Amino acid sequence: MTAESQRPVGALIVDDEDLARHVLRELLQSHPEIRILAECANGFEAVKAVAEHKPDLVFLDIQMPKLTGFDVLELIETDIAVVFVTAYDQYAMRAFEVHAVDYLLKPIGRERFEEALGRARKRLGEKKPPALELAAAARPPQQFLERMVVRDGTRVTLIPVAKLDYVEAQDDYVALASQGKKHLKQQTIASVQAGLDPERFVRIHRSYIVNFERVVRIEPYGKDSRLAILADGTRLPVSRTGYARLKFLLDDRS
Amino acid sequence: MHPLLNRRSYLGAYFAVWVPLSALLVFLIKVSGGVGTLEAVVLLVPMAVLYAGACLSTWYVCRATPLKSSGILRVAATHLFEALFLSFVWMQIGRFYARGLSNFPMFAGLEARYNRNAATLMIGGVLLYLVNVGFFYVLIAIEASRVAEARVLETSILARDAELKALKAQVNPHFLFNSLNSISALTSVDPAKAREMCILLAEFLRMTLGLGEKSSIPLAEELSLLHRFLAIEKVRFGSRLQMTEEIQGNCMTALIPPLLLQPLVENAVTHGIANLPEGGSIRLTAQSNNGRLSIVVENTFDPEGTPSRRNGMGLENVRRRLESRYAQEAHMRVTADQGKFQVSLSLPAEIREEAR
Repeated sequence: MTAESQRPVGALIVDDEDLARHVLRELLQSHPEIRILAECANGFEAVKAVAEHKPDLVFLDIQMPKLTGFDVLELIETDIAVVFVTAYDQYAMRAFEVHAVDYLLKPIGRERFEEALGRARKRLGEKKPPALELAAAARPPQQFLERMVVRDGTRVTLIPVAKLDYVEAQDDYVALASQGKKHLKQQTIASVQAGLDPERFVRIHRSYIVNFERVVRIEPYGKDSRLAILADGTRLPVSRTGYARLKFLLDDRS
Repeated sequence: MHPLLNRRSYLGAYFAVWVPLSALLVFLIKVSGGVGTLEAVVLLVPMAVLYAGACLSTWYVCRATPLKSSGILRVAATHLFEALFLSFVWMQIGRFYARGLSNFPMFAGLEARYNRNAATLMIGGVLLYLVNVGFFYVLIAIEASRVAEARVLETSILARDAELKALKAQVNPHFLFNSLNSISALTSVDPAKAREMCILLAEFLRMTLGLGEKSSIPLAEELSLLHRFLAIEKVRFGSRLQMTEEIQGNCMTALIPPLLLQPLVENAVTHGIANLPEGGSIRLTAQSNNGRLSIVVENTFDPEGTPSRRNGMGLENVRRRLESRYAQEAHMRVTADQGKFQVSLSLPAEIREEAR
């Protein structure tokens, strides 16, 4: 064994099933250099534990209540090595292969586990592929986001897209406006747009995506541009191409 | 095969239509002059019957020149030629007949009177032919739509049968892999429990395979399948999965389509309990009143969860199976209110006779 592989590694086990966590714990017993920092039974606990324990490696189940494994991935630092664990999910498996993310299929065999562990350790500290792209690839075709997740410190908020009023680009972040509040998230506006149903959300401006149902009227504003007035009175700029998109959707619906 | 020769009622109707036509022929000849009523009837009624018979053959002409694909010119030319030809031959035959009749003292000179009206008769023959062709085209259209309808019905029945077979046979692979993972964990923690779970899983699979073959089973049998399913899920979810059951004794022998409730209970686990970090409960009730069996599957769910995670294809499948089996006799109601998801089924309470 090289000195590199002897370096202590802090790991986290995230699975909502007690027995599934047990399997991983047992498989890790023969690796004394890997310390299990915490075990989490759901995504919220996982996000919190990551912030508290700063693990190097996370074994992450995908199907969990409230927050899925993909949601957790979105909300944690990008330099943590992640090994996904799933029972059966054709789309997820394909997404892992495309993005070269390690994954284990339940029931987990010793050999396959060692292989994944070895690969993960080699990649410790490396940036992993963008969580959003991975999650998008794992969505069944023709399906759009139904909710978005945002984190403020260790607090996680779920925003159903039906309650999303508009999205505003702010430098490296986007602000998700929902029910009078703005939630900041590190993401590009283009990648937000890619996950939203184009029949419901329109890019009205370089920096704005609006929930079509919230728009009550459009007013002219200066030369070549307009303002969209939302149900709660918010005024958003509409570019010329944005107006064309809005009109297209309007004509399509009528 | 000629549809009129095939069905007697059609043939009767066909000749019945010719009665007023031949009456019209009699009237025409009488009016156009010189022929007495008796003469006209004796001359024209047998001629009309003959023409009706001859016109039966135009069915094949119509079939050979379908309106849709033949083009209007060809249709018109074919039928005009056919009409003139048939009418001319008919008129000639009529002439011989009239000559024959002239030999009787009563119809003396009929042939001369016939010859005077020959042109009218031929025009009448052409018109009759065209009416007849119109009638046949309508008949062909009716026949074609009937065949198409039958084919549609047949394919939809075939598709439904295949679909139902597929619905019955499905075992969720997710369930299978998760169960195997639990067993794999139990082998070191609790080997006895691992063996017990292997047996439960084997029994569940065997029952699923066996029940798919039957068209209906007593509720008691479906329940024993559900108990195995839930016992397996209980190992996975531990205290997160709670189960209560209230089954009226007289329901146990009531017949239901096999694996009707299994997808509902599976939904309750995967879309209800599995999405609740603290878990929840499933309640199953069945009672039978006034010849109807009502079954309710209720579970707690996460109202903030996204809809697609609550409604699977399972519900739609159950609805379709009920529809194809009981038509309007069965009802299914789905409600989601205050964290409770409820599926209520109401179907005719069938009891197997020999079982009593």
